[in-house]
Amino acid sequence: MKTQWEILVVDDEEVMRESLVAWLREDGYGVDSAASGKSAIEKAGEKDYAIYFIDLKMPGGMDGIESMMEIKKIRPDASIIIITAYATVDTAISAMKEGAQEYIVKPCNPKEISILVERIIKVKNLQRENLILRKKLTRQYRFHDIISKNPQMHDIFELVQEISSLKSTALIRGESGTGKELVARAIHYSGDRASKPFVGVSCAALAETLLESELFGHEKGAFTGAVAQKKGKFELADGGTIFLDEIGDISPKLQMDLLRVLQERSFYRVGGTEEITVDVRVIAATHRDLSEAVSAGTFRDDLYYRLDVINIQIPPLRERREDIPILARSFIERLSHELGKEIDDVSEGGLKVLMDYNWPGNVRELENAVERAMVTCKNTILSGEDFGFLEQNGLKKQSWNVPDNIPLQVVEKQVIEATIKRTQGNIKEAASVLGIDRSTLYEKIKKYEIER
Amino acid sequence: MGKIYVSMVGAVNEDVVTMIARHVRGMFGFEVEMYTSFPDPDYAFEESRRQFSSALMLQNLARVRPPDAAKFLAITEADLFIPMVTFVYGQAQLAGKAALVSLARLSQEFYGLPPDKELKMRRARKEAAHELGHTFGLVHCHDRSCLMSLSTEVLQIDVKSEDFCRSCWIVLEEELTELRKETKKNKILEFRR
Ligand SMILES: [Zn+2]
Ligand SMILES: [Zn+2]
Repeated sequence: MKTQWEILVVDDEEVMRESLVAWLREDGYGVDSAASGKSAIEKAGEKDYAIYFIDLKMPGGMDGIESMMEIKKIRPDASIIIITAYATVDTAISAMKEGAQEYIVKPCNPKEISILVERIIKVKNLQRENLILRKKLTRQYRFHDIISKNPQMHDIFELVQEISSLKSTALIRGESGTGKELVARAIHYSGDRASKPFVGVSCAALAETLLESELFGHEKGAFTGAVAQKKGKFELADGGTIFLDEIGDISPKLQMDLLRVLQERSFYRVGGTEEITVDVRVIAATHRDLSEAVSAGTFRDDLYYRLDVINIQIPPLRERREDIPILARSFIERLSHELGKEIDDVSEGGLKVLMDYNWPGNVRELENAVERAMVTCKNTILSGEDFGFLEQNGLKKQSWNVPDNIPLQVVEKQVIEATIKRTQGNIKEAASVLGIDRSTLYEKIKKYEIER
Repeated sequence: MGKIYVSMVGAVNEDVVTMIARHVRGMFGFEVEMYTSFPDPDYAFEESRRQFSSALMLQNLARVRPPDAAKFLAITEADLFIPMVTFVYGQAQLAGKAALVSLARLSQEFYGLPPDKELKMRRARKEAAHELGHTFGLVHCHDRSCLMSLSTEVLQIDVKSEDFCRSCWIVLEEELTELRKETKKNKILEFRR
């Protein structure tokens, strides 16, 4: 099928322009024409032409090369063929350096045009096929809404399927943004509770009393503002799954209430006397190290063991960098629909920036970065420049000046202190950022008497 | 369904034109009529190239064609060009009415070879049917043996057959069916008037 590719012929001379248009149409292509550089740029903005034939010499403001450069800004993938006369071949050759794909000297042998156009279209067809192939591959790597080709993630997919129809509580650990809720949903929708509700609650978002009524509901008049009876999330999730995100953040009282629900499968609404029994599977998630919280005494060990029956650890994105390209492309595919922007890929340069970045905010940060780049991008392909905001962060790190005459141990101490501060006391995360294991970090904390 | 008119521009061997007319009738199933010939197309002569602008000639032909023409085919001995390329064997209005075929480069003499009248006739038939094919909306075909394949040298004309390939025939048939329907409708309208 030839007609899916369109060509724009840009020339101020009518006979020249229209006869080339006619020639290309006879060859089966969809062809439009523009009589000036200005009109060509307007048309390029409206339609994504595969090939532009542009006459080098056009009077009145914008010549062929200027027009070409403007079109390249809007359509970096477009192939541009510069039409030149014998006298101006040198200029045409310099146009190639500015990004023209080919130049053609008029008058040329008739077969040259067809061969040239066919060759360009062939490459474009191939690129399009690759794009389709890649989309198919993404589907292969998809498990529910999670995309990964990382072996550790595939172990998780397997585990999720094995445990999906069990009633046991599961605890999902992972840094923020790694997709803990997606795993919880995958468990729910793979199992025999799939047709029943999946109810998610973020425990970090609410104050203790609010969270309590959110989870267990309340009776009318239980507290000021409780004007009517309200069902809690546990009741709403009856028969299905409740997902308790950021479970490490809940207060000691709620920890006790929760323990009771897990043991008895029943609870009371706030201000209520009627015992309510539910059949709910609990999946909890945390970005904290709960075992540390247990040893520190801030988290009940009996609750911890109740929750940790099935343990799923999601690796951070920096430990599964092979997923960055497929994730980025799947975000582009989805967001281009949502944002209504015609963006279909990320360039090699763009991928390099993404691969080099450390992603402290993980998959969610990647998604946000792709969205931000897509919003500002003026082309159909995201380039390294579009992700400039990530490199800026990286550059800041690189431009760190090494102080004069400073003992290595002092530097080490300062770096550890800063890292622990940044991870808000999360030793495991700090160790992973510093690239050392936890025990080594503990030793150094002791040695330098660092406050946590 | 209307007629296909065949005409000459400048001096052309009448045998060739008669033969083309007969061939076109057989091929497309239209009534074919010879139309008045036109003088040398001086208005289209380009001094610097010593060739005739096929774009200008086609424009003019479209203007002077008989009003009841389904298609209008002109044959010339003038060597044709469009600004972009060194020469063309002919040109047609895609899915339009007018078509133009040049015999200049179809004779062996043009390439310094001894004349071969039969060969020239065969080439002329193929190019005439090819250009008319364009007026029926056909575009170039990838099948090298199909009449609608693009020829940029005589060897390619000689290689292709005198027939459309299967897929080009299907497109052409559809177009002809449409034309027949339209003619019927027009006739009914005329009758009512
Ligand atoms: Zn043709
Ligand atoms: Zn064909």
